[in-house]
Amino acid sequence: MSGFHPLRDRTAIVGIGATPYYRRGQSAPRTMIELVGAAIIAAIDDAGLRIADIDGFAFYSGGFDTGLLMETLGIPEVTFTASITGAGGGSAGAVGLAASAIVSGAARTVICVGGLQQIGQRFGAITASYAATPETAFFASAGLIGPGHLFALLASRHMHLYGTTREHLAAVALNARANALATPHATMHRPLTREDYFAAPMIAEPHCLFDFCLENDGAIAAVVTSAERARDLRHRPIHVMAGTHGGAREWGRSLYWMNMPDETFASSGNAAIARRLYAMAGIGPEDIDIAQFYDHFTSQVIMQIEDYGFCAKGEGGPFAASGAIAVDGTLPINTDGGQLSGGYIWGMTHIREAVEQLRGTAANQVAGAEVALVTGGPSTLPVSGLILRR
Amino acid sequence: MPEIALAPPTDLFRLETDRWTAPFWEAAAQGRLAVPRCGACGTFRLPPTPFCPACRSQALDWVTLSGRGTLYAFTVVRRAGLPGMEGHIPFVPAVVELPDADGARLVTNIVDTPIAEIRIGMSLALVWRRTADGTQVPRFCAADTHHLTEREP
Ligand SMILES: [Zn+2]
Repeated sequence: MSGFHPLRDRTAIVGIGATPYYRRGQSAPRTMIELVGAAIIAAIDDAGLRIADIDGFAFYSGGFDTGLLMETLGIPEVTFTASITGAGGGSAGAVGLAASAIVSGAARTVICVGGLQQIGQRFGAITASYAATPETAFFASAGLIGPGHLFALLASRHMHLYGTTREHLAAVALNARANALATPHATMHRPLTREDYFAAPMIAEPHCLFDFCLENDGAIAAVVTSAERARDLRHRPIHVMAGTHGGAREWGRSLYWMNMPDETFASSGNAAIARRLYAMAGIGPEDIDIAQFYDHFTSQVIMQIEDYGFCAKGEGGPFAASGAIAVDGTLPINTDGGQLSGGYIWGMTHIREAVEQLRGTAANQVAGAEVALVTGGPSTLPVSGLILRR
Repeated sequence: MPEIALAPPTDLFRLETDRWTAPFWEAAAQGRLAVPRCGACGTFRLPPTPFCPACRSQALDWVTLSGRGTLYAFTVVRRAGLPGMEGHIPFVPAVVELPDADGARLVTNIVDTPIAEIRIGMSLALVWRRTADGTQVPRFCAADTHHLTEREP
């Protein structure tokens, strides 16, 4: 291991809790705060801790009402509650935020929780629902109704520059479905063939139906505490080697800006996060055993494979199609089906699956998995990343 | 009949401006594509913002462009994601580079162009279209159709 970082290996994920992954809108009549509370209770039970032990919250995307959670769950006092700005880009980074709070002494037992309930508003068409502002005027008349349409523009550029094909995108979608089939809590249990993929409705070229992630309701929580305390708890501690969020100005507002320099445009905007993450952890991409990439769109998985250094820029497509990303490949990815076929809870499923893999309890267990990469959604900054080890 | 890129639905669009973006839309209303260039260091920027990201100057020159463009990225929308979109399919959201603004880019649409002929790197010409709220917005079509010559003196 090289260098030193004050956060490295000082904290651990000691509990995970999740609601079922409901199809969009199907969680009713359960309420959002009920889903979030259920995930937190399950995570604390999994850790073998008590609700009264919770003294911190590390959220992303604005999080939830801490006062209401305390009132609802009977949490006596919190000493840290903060959120990463932005949206799903901060999901993996919330664990790093929790680690910072613990190492600094601000809190001892921090909950990271994400939840989604899509009643009345589909995330797939969320761009069209944004309130008109002077900034939105520069893209809102173009008919780009959702993130899948915006990311299609980046994908078109990647195809133009590097020869990426729909066969490459299909490889990501088919891998996700194959992994979901064996995962009991995954949403999609119907096999998907290459023929099904190419017969699917085209939504926004090159993205067809199966290049889009699912739309789910549900909540997932993780309990983070000090590595020292983690040793005495129920499960093998899953150490936080590195966790960070932010990103470079060249990516910036990305989808809503579209003026990224050419070398950054056809990317996932995660290159700066990758550099910092590896430096924090003192390892490189060759040391990663499994990766849980934020897969809202297949094309963005290919660009993350590149940004995190698993292949050269432009070679993500052939890498994905080579079989390397399969459970028995050199870099198994999204082993629970990811957000494409497993469940879409704004990146939290990736944290859950990384912990399951490193505990050795995953449905598609990768033999000998010791170090896992988790990423937060490529989107407008901040984006984020996390490296966990058993 | 070749498949032609239609205009996207715009009934959800409502123009909001502030003092930094209003000159863009005022010029558009007059049929001029004007983009801001830093008055101190000459850096173009889109969308317009209060400070030059290169030098922090607030001085601006609004430069009227020729209307030439180069296609940088695009998507063909083939499915109506929202009610009311059906009559607009297929439409082609695009990112267009403006060569006479040092490659600053606009998010726009390709219209009136056979979809089979749309290629990244193709030369484009500016055309103006109105949204449902009456805003005049810049769109682009293939430069080898009549529009560019029509605009040249
Ligand atoms: Zn300047």
